Amino acid sequence: MTQKLKIRLSFLAGLLSWLLFALFDLYALFVAKYELKVNLSELLPQIFLTTFILSTLTFYRYKITKADSVNFLDLLWRVFITGLVTTIGSLIIRLFFYVFANSAISKNPITINFFYHLLVGLVIIFLISTFVIWKRLILYQKSKNLLQLWGFFEYALLGSMIFDFFGNQFFTVNFNTVLIFLSSFALILSFNLKWIAYLNFKQKWKSILFILLSGIYVYHFLLNLTNFSSTNELSINLIDRVYINAIFVFIILYAGISILVTLFNLPTSSVFEQKLKEAIDFQKLSQSIPSGQSENQTYDILLDSSMSAVFADAAFLKLKNNDNILSRNIDQNMIEEVHENVNNNSAKEIISFNFNGDFSNNKVSTSLRHSTFKSIITMPIMVKGSQHGVLVLLQEVADAFNREMVDIIVTFVSQASISIENFTLISEAIENERYQEQLKIAKTVQNSLLPSKLNTHPDFEIVAESHAAEEVGGDYYDMVESQDGVFNFIIGDVSGKGTSAAFNMAQMKGIFHSLVLQNGKPAEFIMLANAALGMCLEKSSFITASYFQIDTIKKKLCHVRAGHCPALYFSRSTNKIQLLESNGLGLGILRNSEYNDFVKEETLTYHNGDILLAYTDGITEARNADNKLYGIEGLKTSLVKHTDCTAEEIKQRIIDDLQVFLGDLELDDDYTLSVMKFDTTRNG
Amino acid sequence: MVNIDISKEHDIQLITVVGEIDASSSIELDDALRSASDEGSGIIINLEGLDYISSAGLGVFISYIDELKTKRILFILFGMQPAVKEVFDILGLNQIMKIVTDKDEAIKIANEI
Repeated sequence: MTQKLKIRLSFLAGLLSWLLFALFDLYALFVAKYELKVNLSELLPQIFLTTFILSTLTFYRYKITKADSVNFLDLLWRVFITGLVTTIGSLIIRLFFYVFANSAISKNPITINFFYHLLVGLVIIFLISTFVIWKRLILYQKSKNLLQLWGFFEYALLGSMIFDFFGNQFFTVNFNTVLIFLSSFALILSFNLKWIAYLNFKQKWKSILFILLSGIYVYHFLLNLTNFSSTNELSINLIDRVYINAIFVFIILYAGISILVTLFNLPTSSVFEQKLKEAIDFQKLSQSIPSGQSENQTYDILLDSSMSAVFADAAFLKLKNNDNILSRNIDQNMIEEVHENVNNNSAKEIISFNFNGDFSNNKVSTSLRHSTFKSIITMPIMVKGSQHGVLVLLQEVADAFNREMVDIIVTFVSQASISIENFTLISEAIENERYQEQLKIAKTVQNSLLPSKLNTHPDFEIVAESHAAEEVGGDYYDMVESQDGVFNFIIGDVSGKGTSAAFNMAQMKGIFHSLVLQNGKPAEFIMLANAALGMCLEKSSFITASYFQIDTIKKKLCHVRAGHCPALYFSRSTNKIQLLESNGLGLGILRNSEYNDFVKEETLTYHNGDILLAYTDGITEARNADNKLYGIEGLKTSLVKHTDCTAEEIKQRIIDDLQVFLGDLELDDDYTLSVMKFDTTRNG
Repeated sequence: MVNIDISKEHDIQLITVVGEIDASSSIELDDALRSASDEGSGIIINLEGLDYISSAGLGVFISYIDELKTKRILFILFGMQPAVKEVFDILGLNQIMKIVTDKDEAIKIANEI
């Protein structure tokens, strides 16, 4: 059964019960008056009155929600409104009897009883709804004991309903005993008033007003009930029922005690409100970071909450690396005046950012000799152990700040510091993430600078592989066919590592591609490249390169070494490896025409099965765990073993051999390896 | 990690480099060369204790070649270990810098000029 259905059913049951109660009661009167011989149980109206009460109780139990710190006043407002409506009903009944005071109709027992039934309905609605609301308020912040006690009270009230079936009269001994028993219960329960503490000053006044007005309703109902009772025409008198009396007593007791307690709590409510505000401010400060607010917003919250926490008249917040001063109720000139008037040593240190970190709470609050402000709190804002700023709170009254206030400010400021620290950490992490992302992009860009595929020709096969130690590196290789049958291959290594090397490598590529098309000899290329690089490389950067020109028509290999690691050349006919180590100087080392004196070009004729191995120093300078250098010797030994393989196989096996030499270590430098194998059999 | 020491012998600045020069420690080498070249007298560099030099370290030496030449400041390196010498030679620096085997030879050349 849903909540809604329960409410509707109980409403229907209540309405029906009341109708039946009124009907049977009036019928009984009718029977009595005309002495009809109808066998009708006298208990019927009683039973329906009871079901009416129970239905109303059920209705309000479901209708009125649990007490919550935000709806106390709503609950009291409900009592007030229900009371108002029912009281108006009751007033109309009184009006009827007032108007027809001298007419026979107002003396007729049936009329009297009918209107009494209406009044009973109204009174019970008011009593039960108020009873349920009082219950909600009492059981706000319930304990096990309280729940047991309340349960007992409700059962006792239920018991009193059965007791009422025996037709006891008001003020008889039994009646009084039961009433006193129930009343003492009500009294004990009435001291559960925790909800009052949660009302603010204004709400407290309102609740006093609502309860007082409800008291008037109660008085009015009692008056009206006794009026009816005094006619002695009633077949069922509500005043003779212990249950109703007990509820009246309970409602009056709880209302009375509530009013008294609320009144006594009025003066202290501002303190409670203040504490609550501090807690909320504190929460705001600690939450200002996860919600992605900026440092300045945190300072704003800190400034405002600190001011209200210590009732400061003015305040300002200065940051060490920021000329912008956050201020409240104080202008720039006044801030400077305050600054000059601080004469306490530790306060002076703090306000001029010379705080040494030796913090003690009693040092931060001091008096001030100033025309307007007499008290000052200077609180350092510490982030990561160093002073980040200062919070200054001012009061026009002397000795206005006490120890407790300073403690609150200390907590506020340290919370703000944590927030700001977190904020810096988060932004640093984001920044870092961004750099990583940028580097990834740089890596893709650089990979696209290296040729994805090298030229092919029947005379040779060439393969190359490059690897950067960091995301980007300074190694470069490329090949361009400058005219039919003439291929230019370059391998280079930019000094340094990482991004700066990568930029220079990109410049090298630009220079290679523009100069190679001039179709000059390798020496010319190197001279022009040096001149070009001399203008754009920073002073301490240089590039080593080897330039090879393969003329497939003349079967010649012409090369220049510009300070680069000497390439290995394997000659099939002699079965020997020679180093192509002609003299040369790195590009960018000499930035004038003197450089050209150091460029030496050499030419050799290639034959079938010859191998050219070019590489960068990442390979020869590799060291194993024993700190042993791989060196040119290591590379030579490796090449000799694989001369019968294809270029691709040679490259792979050389890298494998190097890895065997390194063992578990990884190559931590940029390296490039290129293998060119000549085959003159295919291109007669 | 590198340890660089500058001392003055007669009119000559003697810079002693011990350890390894990589990208980060090359800044210390730069500082030493800067102060020595501002001094104006001859510079002799003892590289006996230099175990490794990266391209960034070489770049520092290279960046002073022009300046020292224009200022006519004598600049001699001595005592390189074979591996370090090979790095200088491959790059071709042996052709444009005075590189000798020991201190006596260096001082002798310095005094001749």
